[in-house]
Amino acid sequence: MSPFWNSRPIRKLRRDKWALVCLSLIICYVLVAIAVKFGILGLAFEERVGEKYMQPSGESWLHWLGTDRQGRSIFARMLYSAKIAIGVGLVSALVGSTIGAILGAIAGYFGKRVDDFIVWLYSVVQSIPYLLLLIMLTYIAGKGIMGLYVAFIATSWVGPCRMVRGEVIKLREAEYIHSAKAMGYGDWRIIFRHIIPNTMHIVLVYFALLFVAAIKSEVIISFLGLGVQREPSWGIMIKQSQAELINGFYWQIGAATFAMFVLVLSFNIFADALQDALDPKSL
Amino acid sequence: MWPYIVRRLLWGIPILLGVTMAVFLGLHVMKGSPAAAHVGKDATLEDIAQFDREQGFDKSYPVQYLRYMKEVVTFDFGNSLKTDRPVGEMISEGAGKSVSLTLPALLLTSLLAICLALIASYFRGRKTDRAIMIMAVFGMSVSFLVYIVVLQYLLAFVLPIFQIHGYEPGFGARWQFLILPIIIQVIVGVGYDTRFYRSVFVEEVGKDHVTTAYAKGASKRRVMFVHVLKNALIPIVTRVMISIPFLVTGSLLLEQFFGIPGIGSMLLAALDTDDFPVIKALSVLISLLFILSTILNDVLYAVVDPRVRLK
Repeated sequence: MSPFWNSRPIRKLRRDKWALVCLSLIICYVLVAIAVKFGILGLAFEERVGEKYMQPSGESWLHWLGTDRQGRSIFARMLYSAKIAIGVGLVSALVGSTIGAILGAIAGYFGKRVDDFIVWLYSVVQSIPYLLLLIMLTYIAGKGIMGLYVAFIATSWVGPCRMVRGEVIKLREAEYIHSAKAMGYGDWRIIFRHIIPNTMHIVLVYFALLFVAAIKSEVIISFLGLGVQREPSWGIMIKQSQAELINGFYWQIGAATFAMFVLVLSFNIFADALQDALDPKSL
Repeated sequence: MWPYIVRRLLWGIPILLGVTMAVFLGLHVMKGSPAAAHVGKDATLEDIAQFDREQGFDKSYPVQYLRYMKEVVTFDFGNSLKTDRPVGEMISEGAGKSVSLTLPALLLTSLLAICLALIASYFRGRKTDRAIMIMAVFGMSVSFLVYIVVLQYLLAFVLPIFQIHGYEPGFGARWQFLILPIIIQVIVGVGYDTRFYRSVFVEEVGKDHVTTAYAKGASKRRVMFVHVLKNALIPIVTRVMISIPFLVTGSLLLEQFFGIPGIGSMLLAALDTDDFPVIKALSVLISLLFILSTILNDVLYAVVDPRVRLK
């Protein structure tokens, strides 16, 4: 097998069967999201498929979880929401950890003015509580999915940036960095080839953490009416089910809660396992 | 010590400036004059121009920004565009309500989480530990919204134990409205805190002074409650301290759902109605509190732990 599969963290992850179960579940969600995105799974989430408030039945797969107040398939809406959640999570995690790692490495490596500026930048972002900041950013950027993306990109880089900066300040004095300098390598080459790869244990864990944070926040913001518009999302499903609960119909909130719970739980457990596996202190 | 405190306080100024710049850029430059939301549907261009003159939106951006800076320095943000009352007055009324929701919730959450974490780390690696940690992760994985919607439905609608919605300002009367939101806040927060405190305790248990205490013949109970708990106080205090700004800002979602007129629902309402003075005042106030509590936290850390160098 290749050295990657035999490296210590991967060996450790491969032995952790719960982490693998969680990873497979996450991959299932991602596959559903891709299938919805590219129309492989044609979901008629706005169409009436029957009477309102139908109980679940095996009539067709659209009826597996019953219908909502407007006779729309709850199962189709639940699956469609996975696309929103995975999309928001992926953008936030990918952009956030990339920008965070690069800025953190630059701040830690160059120090002085550059460091002061980047620390100032993230201190400003950090000085407003996360949820509040997200809501204010969606307000400024406008309601809708684009506003959500702007808000997540503007906030998600802070965590990884801080941690990577701290690590790089330590790494800067490492012997291999001194040797790289002595060999005449340029600063940028050292940052991208030698420093950032050695902070991957932080960046990967943050990738998972940002993914969960974005999914959970999307649900809240969509619930408040500032997030996705004219599309189902687990937050919007929970909002609709508030009125349905009073009529004793709980299939919609059950479906949204369950779908979200499984995804977030998988991410939480997987992030823990990843953290354990990548922790350089444990051997 | 004092030079350190002064330096930290001075560092707060550029951060606060950054926040005001961001807020100004977002509201005045990107959103622009909120006249449309405030002059009414049948407004003429005259009305809009007059609104802009009164609120200073006809001036150039630097002048508008200076005006905002003056408001920040004097802490006088004028009147709300919606209620026409002084913003400062509205905030000081709302803050009390927010605190009476968040303070009991913070204290209960911390107490409960510390107890659970002590139990978990006492039985580390055994069934009790695993059970507590699994509960914590499960609890963290359910959306905040679900807790609110379901518990509100069950405990205030199906079984009418608590009030569904509303608030009364009397000191005794307010609790019938607050108990349910407090319970929900505790349930939501306790999972995160338990995990955090457990990792603190577990790290402390691995240290040399704990081994020494065992070697001297101290019982496990004594080691956990005296040696470990005492030395874990710093992270505990830190954790509680960084929550202080959230006490005043309140819980956005809980206030919104239960109709508690605190700072959180005030901000959501202000965003909904383009009430610029309220948004500007609250964002500055919140970040100021945040900056001050971080500074206080660092200073306290340095006082308690002599190993922290004040560089």
